[in-house]
Amino acid sequence: MTDAAKQEPLQHSNAQQEADRPTRSQWRDVWDQFKSHRGALAGGMLFLLICVGVIFGPLVYWNDAQYLPTGRDFIKLRDMRPVYHGLWDPSAKMNWAYPLGTDNLGRDTLARLMFGGRVSLAVGIAAMVLALLLGSLVGVLSGYFKKLDGLLMRLTDLFLALPLLPMILVAAVLFRESLSKSIGPEGGVFVLIVCLIGITSWMPTARIVRGDVLAIKEREFVLAARSIGTKPGKIISRHILPNVLSPIMVSATLGIATAIITESALSFLGFGFPPDFPTWGRLLNDAVDRMTLFPERVLWPGILISLTVLSVNYLGDGLRDALDPRIRGR
Amino acid sequence: MLTFTIRRLILAVPTLLFISLVIFLLLELAPGDPMAQVPLTVPPEVKEKMRLALGLGEPVHIRFWKWLVQFFWIEPQVLLDHYFGTTFSEGDLRVISWQTRSPVMDIVVQRLPQTLWVVGTAYVVAILIALPIGIYSAYRQYSWFDQMGTFVSMVGFSVPPFFSGVLVIVIFSVQLGWFPSIYDTTLVVDSWDSFVKQLQQMIMPVMVLALQITAQLSRFMRASMLDNLNQDYVRTARAKGLSEYIVVMVHVLRNSMIPVVTVIALGIPSIFGGAIITEQVFKVNGIGQLLIGAIQANDLPMVQTLTFIFAVLIVLFNLIADVLYGILDPRIRYD
Repeated sequence: MTDAAKQEPLQHSNAQQEADRPTRSQWRDVWDQFKSHRGALAGGMLFLLICVGVIFGPLVYWNDAQYLPTGRDFIKLRDMRPVYHGLWDPSAKMNWAYPLGTDNLGRDTLARLMFGGRVSLAVGIAAMVLALLLGSLVGVLSGYFKKLDGLLMRLTDLFLALPLLPMILVAAVLFRESLSKSIGPEGGVFVLIVCLIGITSWMPTARIVRGDVLAIKEREFVLAARSIGTKPGKIISRHILPNVLSPIMVSATLGIATAIITESALSFLGFGFPPDFPTWGRLLNDAVDRMTLFPERVLWPGILISLTVLSVNYLGDGLRDALDPRIRGR
Repeated sequence: MLTFTIRRLILAVPTLLFISLVIFLLLELAPGDPMAQVPLTVPPEVKEKMRLALGLGEPVHIRFWKWLVQFFWIEPQVLLDHYFGTTFSEGDLRVISWQTRSPVMDIVVQRLPQTLWVVGTAYVVAILIALPIGIYSAYRQYSWFDQMGTFVSMVGFSVPPFFSGVLVIVIFSVQLGWFPSIYDTTLVVDSWDSFVKQLQQMIMPVMVLALQITAQLSRFMRASMLDNLNQDYVRTARAKGLSEYIVVMVHVLRNSMIPVVTVIALGIPSIFGGAIITEQVFKVNGIGQLLIGAIQANDLPMVQTLTFIFAVLIVLFNLIADVLYGILDPRIRYD
């Protein structure tokens, strides 16, 4: 750039401008690129909105998700339709205090949706973190230490060859009782599902990280670090990990999406959380039996699952573009 | 190439053995009790005898060995006997389901046609839809068609089958009443009417499955076409005056199909086992539903055998995909 700038005055002025501009951090560049991807921006906003609604919604909303009416209340409150239903059927049973209606036991749908969203998102994020930790660990170890490479990559291949959904289903049934006994029914199932999803979805991350570590390990700055006597642990944490952060971040976002879908699928098949503990998949499963009469009970959890996953996928797409320096700035 | 194939085949044997051991140990370590469903009035010593009758008295390694022998030695003999009328397997114990007390493989063979019909059709339909979409959206990159395709495939990725399935049931069988919501496996296709019925009941599960597969495949096809469209040989082909159709559909397409074909091959195991959720939604009594039922009933031999069959298929088609890649792409040499 500087050679060319000396020769041509036009380019010189360009270079001058470049130099005059205030220095920008890498993350500022990433943000600028991310902003230009409209889908990703919309996805990010939507995901944030869903998270905020699910976390702070129950604090301001007046109905309790766990409240189970009895006696006359039960008859009065059960099977309420959502308020928008009045647009085409004014005679339907509805109440403005229950905006999305109630289920066949008189529990408020909106409150349960928000509570279920908390659980679904918590499972998704926790499982993603576990998968990411495992994947990065295996990836970095097998990329950096040649001795471990063969063994760890065979292990990854082995896990990829396992029929994962059947195995998750089997393990979810078989280990439920003992974990429920030791930690409690909800906590036990939470730990079980998070572990199962985490243990079965680290392989893609491990492969990507390994590839990147293999390439970065040979670069000059790592050689320089090694030549001044840096220990392998420090090289990994100070020089290699920051450079493989972008693929890890991308697979983190995509990991949330798959984890939410897997958890919902488990709950849908009846292998997930106990019935009185709502998650989006569970709500969908409960509503399927009566979907001819109350289609809205199927629609809302389904739409929420789909929107969350869609927004996370767009977010991941945008992040991938934003974090890739070859695309950035074009 | 041949040595590579043989080496991979030999390597597959320990992999599969290890996988079967993992599955076996998973079922073994699990604290579930196969006698949990037996009424409490049955005295403990009778329960113990029932346990022994199920073969649970032996140590783990002996039971694993017995399962291996039954699966790899006796079941193939049964297959031979079935086709050639021989009597190799007479008197041998086969893998017995705890639910029905009949051989597991017989039930699997009964259930397989339904799964193959529904999921196989979905796969073919998905390929037929995905390839043209992928080709056209790569050829007109960033056109409205391409944007649309990206959005639709994003939706296909994101909407889980248990929601899209339920949604089409609500719309097409509850509101409009066009298609039945339950797949009737006893239907015999012998006339035009029953054929129409079969088509009607297949259309929803097939389309739900096809949406997902299309979403993946069309993205792959598009990316692969884009890689090739900017290559030098395309410019050469255009420069020597070939028509655009020949350039795209012959020169570019043939080269772009190489990775796509391997992706298609890698997806085939899911035809046999992956449609667990869709089968559950539309009540197709195929392999997936068999597995769910077996898991719920604690029928360990059935679960073990089914899971292992899925694993065999995955390993097999991984191998086929690798070999295909080598055959289709002369630049790749494994030796």
